[in-house]
Amino acid sequence: MMTVPAFFFYLFSAIAVASAFMVIAGRNPVHSVLWLILTFVNAAGLFLLIGAEFLAMMLVVVYVGAVAVLFLFVVMMLDVDFAELREGFLQYLPVGALVGLIFLVELVLVVGSWVASPGITSAITQPIPNPAQVTNTEAIGRVLYTTYVHYFQLAGIVLLVAMIGAIVLTLHHRPNVKRQNISSQNARTRETAIEVVKVKSGEGL
Amino acid sequence: MIVGLSHYLTVAAILFTLGALGIFLNRKNVIVILMSIELMLLAVNINLVAFSAFHGDIVGQIFALLVLTVAAAEAAIGLAILVVFFRNRGSIAVEDINAMKG
Repeated sequence: MMTVPAFFFYLFSAIAVASAFMVIAGRNPVHSVLWLILTFVNAAGLFLLIGAEFLAMMLVVVYVGAVAVLFLFVVMMLDVDFAELREGFLQYLPVGALVGLIFLVELVLVVGSWVASPGITSAITQPIPNPAQVTNTEAIGRVLYTTYVHYFQLAGIVLLVAMIGAIVLTLHHRPNVKRQNISSQNARTRETAIEVVKVKSGEGL
Repeated sequence: MIVGLSHYLTVAAILFTLGALGIFLNRKNVIVILMSIELMLLAVNINLVAFSAFHGDIVGQIFALLVLTVAAAEAAIGLAILVVFFRNRGSIAVEDINAMKG
C-alpha cells in the first residue's frame, strides 16, 4: 500500500515527465507552451512535497506567470508556418533517441550507484531549521538577505541587464512618424508661440 | 514505500534527458529549443532542491533561486533576439541563422 506522499510523488512526477515529453513532441508550439506550463506546475508540486514551499510558489509565479506567457506571446506574434519547421523531426529521431537513451541510462546508473560521503553532515553551512517553528520562506530569507546578499543583488543586476537588453533589442523607431517632443513643448514661451500681426483694413494678410 | 533522494534525482534525470532530446529532435524550431533549455534548467533545479532537502542544507534552495533568475533572464533575452531575427529575416528556422558562417 502506497503512502500518501509516495502517491503524490508518483502522480506529480508521472505528469511532469509525460507533459515534458509532449513539450518536445507536440506539433503546435502553442500546445508545447501549455504542456510546459503543466510540467512546471507539477514540478512545483514536487517541490511542495519535498518541503521547499517558497521555491514551489516562485516556480509558479516566475515560470507560469512570466516565462510561459512570454513564450505564448512570441509564438502567437510570429507568423511562422510551424508545420514546415517540423520537417526533419523523424530524420533526427534515431540518432536523438539513441543519444538520449545512452544519456538517460548513464544518469540513472550514476543516481543508482551513488552514495553520500559519511562526512557530509560536517559540510552543512546553513542547516534547515525545524519547519514547525520557522517557515521555509523565513528560513530562506534569513540566509538570503544576510550571508548571500551579494548573490541576491547580483541576481537583481542580471534581471536588470536582461530587461534593458530585451527592450533595446526589440525597440525600433520607425522613420516618418510624428512623435511628441515634451522638452520642446515645455520650452515654448508666449514670445515664440504668438505673433502679433497688424492687419491693414481692406488688404488682408 | 519511502520516496528517497534517488527518486527525485531519477525524475530530474528523465526531465533533463527529455530536454536534451528536444534540442536534438526540433533542430529547426528555435522556440521549442528554448523551451527544451527551460526543461533542462528545471531538472537542475529539482536536483538542487532535492539535495538541499535531503541533506538539510538550505543553501541549495538559494542556489536554485539564482538559477531560476538566470533562466528567466535567458528566456527574455532569447525571445527578444528571436523577435528581432524574425523581423529582419522573416523566418525562425535554425538553418537560416547562418550570417556569421559558423
